[in-house]
Parts: sequence; structure tokens; C-alpha cells
Amino acid sequence: MSAALQPKSQPQVHRPVVEAEGLVRTFGARRAVDGVSLSLGGGECLALFGPNGAGKTTLLRLLAGLLAPSAGTCLVGGVALRADGGRAARSRVGLISHASMLYAALSARENVEFAARMYGLRHPADAAMRALKTMRVADRADAPVRSLSRGLQQRVSIARAIVHDPLLLLCDEPYTGLDEVGSAALTEALGERRAHGAALMLVTHNLSEGLALATHAAIMRRGRFVRYEERGAVDGPSYASAYRELVTADV
Amino acid sequence: MSDPTFRDTTLTGATPRESESPVLPGLLAATWLIASKDLAIEFRTRTAFFSALVFALLGLTIFFFAWDPTAVAAIDLAPGVLWVIFTFSGLLGLQRSFGVEQADRAMDALLAAPVEREAIYLGKAVANFLFVVGVQVIAIPAVALFYNVPLGSIWLSLTGIAVLAALGIVAVGTLFSAMAVNTRLAELLLPMLSLPFFVPVVMAAAQTTSRLLAGRPEAEAWPWLRILLGFDLVFVVACAIAFPYTLDE
Repeated sequence: MSAALQPKSQPQVHRPVVEAEGLVRTFGARRAVDGVSLSLGGGECLALFGPNGAGKTTLLRLLAGLLAPSAGTCLVGGVALRADGGRAARSRVGLISHASMLYAALSARENVEFAARMYGLRHPADAAMRALKTMRVADRADAPVRSLSRGLQQRVSIARAIVHDPLLLLCDEPYTGLDEVGSAALTEALGERRAHGAALMLVTHNLSEGLALATHAAIMRRGRFVRYEERGAVDGPSYASAYRELVTADV
Repeated sequence: MSDPTFRDTTLTGATPRESESPVLPGLLAATWLIASKDLAIEFRTRTAFFSALVFALLGLTIFFFAWDPTAVAAIDLAPGVLWVIFTFSGLLGLQRSFGVEQADRAMDALLAAPVEREAIYLGKAVANFLFVVGVQVIAIPAVALFYNVPLGSIWLSLTGIAVLAALGIVAVGTLFSAMAVNTRLAELLLPMLSLPFFVPVVMAAAQTTSRLLAGRPEAEAWPWLRILLGFDLVFVVACAIAFPYTLDE
């Protein structure tokens, strides 16, 4: 499917939270993201599926401002996002990854408080504790991150990502390593952010997990969206078989 | 320096959880945030500082036992020993600088944060500077003790030279540390890249110290001091400007 054919969602309120147009990112001769356009409004959630190497993580890194696009534009809350600048746009984005992005020698509280200060919150200590409470890890707030289990580290990492109440939350396999309590806390936190008008992008290999939260679903392959539809139009079993077909097509 | 345009919730209809409107940290505030975070990590672990300190003291001891006082006067040898040890122990701190960002990809969180890229460089440089100065605070009196050189009359000038030398080494070393950290041979690459650039700093610092210790007129030290000042000025600015380009993948 060409970039021009990729459907755009209808924003529910005012302007979209995120608008990307013709995003391209190349690494040498390889086009990791190849002309992706998307638009998400407040409260919407795009579940993004695709095989390994499809370009999902690269797309999230472009939207987070970690990578500069080779071509195309991206607006977050109407503000242009550029990897070398775009501070105002980056301040509206939260990124959850399978890497914890934490400092092992610092405590959970110090890690989240550092993030709160970097995002200019006026009461960083309060905001950090609130985020840790949301992720139900406040009782370990003063423990060094290195002493926490992988699952607890992931909860602290999510607290770090949501401490500034981002308008766009980019989640790359966020449920990795979480137990039942952690998963419930994350689902609750994501729901709360959406209720406050944030948009979500969720990269996962677990179809049911992704579709449970999504208002839109997309399958990415070779840097492009090969399917993009509203959740209502997605039929679980047939979507799963279509996904399997696409994923195994390259094998 | 701060950016008041933070979250225009009317754009999206989003309602913030708290009524407060954040104020993005400016260049200096972000620099200090990053520096204090790095210092807190070093204070907790103390691995790099103690490694650098032990290296400096062991180096001094080895030089001391290899020294023949009848062939070379202490006053001629001490400046060279001091600045060679200072350079190599400083490298240990520079090595660690971006290493702490590598584990668990903490660097991604720094890059995603709404701070200028230059603030990351400057924050790292400030932390490295304090690290190197911390090692010097112990290494310089140790040199005086080992070689029995009188620092009493020149301690203020020597402090100034040490600060300028630390600034030059940290300016270049921080940039190369960022460049080398993503490579497989980071521990080898950093000294290989940095040491040629350290030569003017070490030469100027050693020559200035040697003239001060010998009680020569200050005018004799000025040409070397000017090299040190010029180096600092050029490389602090150039490295801060060049740093964002080292982050491109």
C-alpha cells in the first residue's frame, strides 16, 4: 500500500495530537521507515503490529525525536518535532521501551524525579511519587534500581515515562516483564492518560493485548503500513490469520 | 533561558492532571541537572574515582622508584610526572562518562527529554571537570610529597594551571567519550582519539609548572599559558557545537 493510500483516523477533538506525513528514515541504503503517514487524536490508541525489522521501533524513535527523519514531517500537538530541536514537541511525548532507560545506581524515586526535573515540572518530588504510586511501586521508591527485579524496573521505567503527563505516549512492548499487578497498573495508567486526552501508540507482538486497547490497528512491513484500519473494522480471528500471513511472507 | 511554551492543552483538548504549567529547563539548568545526576551516580558507586586515584598514586610510586635523583633533579621531573599522571587518570573518568548512559539505554531518555543537546555535553563536561579536579586535589599534594617540591609559594598559580588543563582535557575528552561509547573498542578508541589532542595541554601545563617551580619570572610562563587559554577557548566552544552531530545514528 502506498503512503498516499494509508487512511488517516478522524480526530475526535480539535487538532490531532500527532500528525506525521510521509515519514522516511534510511540507514545507508535501507529504508527502515518508508513514507509513513498517520494521524491520532486525543484519546485514540494505535496498536502497531509487524514482524521483527518491520520498522516499528524506528517509527517510534522518529516520533519521540530520537532520530531525525530523512524525509517527511511530524507534528506533536501542532508543534514540529525535529531531532535536533523541537523541545516543545518533545516535552509532550513519553516513551516506554523494553529497555528500562534507568540509572541502576540511583533509587527509583531519584530516577523518576530526575525525569520530572528534565521536563520542568514545578514539584518534581511530588510528581515522581505520584507516578510511582500509579505504577504501584511507591513502596520501593528508595531502593536502588539495581536491586529491583526486572518487572519492578519496568514499572519504574513506565513511571519515568508518564511523570510529565505526556500528550503522546509511545509504548514499545510495554508489558514485557510485568506481572499481573504491573500489567493492571499499566493498563490503568494508559486508560487514565487517554481519558485526559493523550494519544497512544502501542507496538506489540501480542495481537489480543494490542487490540484490547486500540481504537486503530496497523500492520507494518518493510517500513510501510500494509494495513491500517479502525478497531471496529477489525475482526479478531481473521486479523490474526492475515497478520500471520504477512509476518511469515518474508520467511 | 527557559521556554514558557510548554503544554498548550487547547490544541488537543487534553486536560492536565495538575494545574501547574511546567517550565522547561534552560541550557544552564539542564546542564546542572545532568552534571548533578552524574555526580550522584559517581558518589554512589565511587568506582571511577577510586580507580583514578589508585592509578594516580600507583603511577607516582612507580615513577618515584624509577627516578635517579643524582641524574635528574626533582624540580625537573615532578612537572612531567604530575601532568602525565593527571592525563591518564583523567581518561578513566572520561571513559565512565557516557558509559553510565549506555546501560539500559538511559541515553535515549536523555535525548527524548526537552533539553538542548548542548546541555547534555556541558552537563557531562561539568561532571568530568569536577571528577578530574577531585583527583588533582589529592594527586598534586602527593607529587609534592614524593618529590619534596615546595608548592607553598606557587599553589595559587598551580591551581590556576590545573583548572585550565582540566578544562582543556575535559572539553576534548567528553566529546570523544560520546563518539567512542557506541563502538566495540571504546576503551581503546577513547585514548587513541584523545591523547593526540591532549599533547598541547600537557606540554603547556608541564612547561608552565616547571618554570614556576624553578622560580623563573612569570613572563617566561606566559607564552605557554596563552596556549593553554587558547586551547580551552577554542575546544570548549568547538566541542559543544560538534557534540549534537555525534548523536546522529
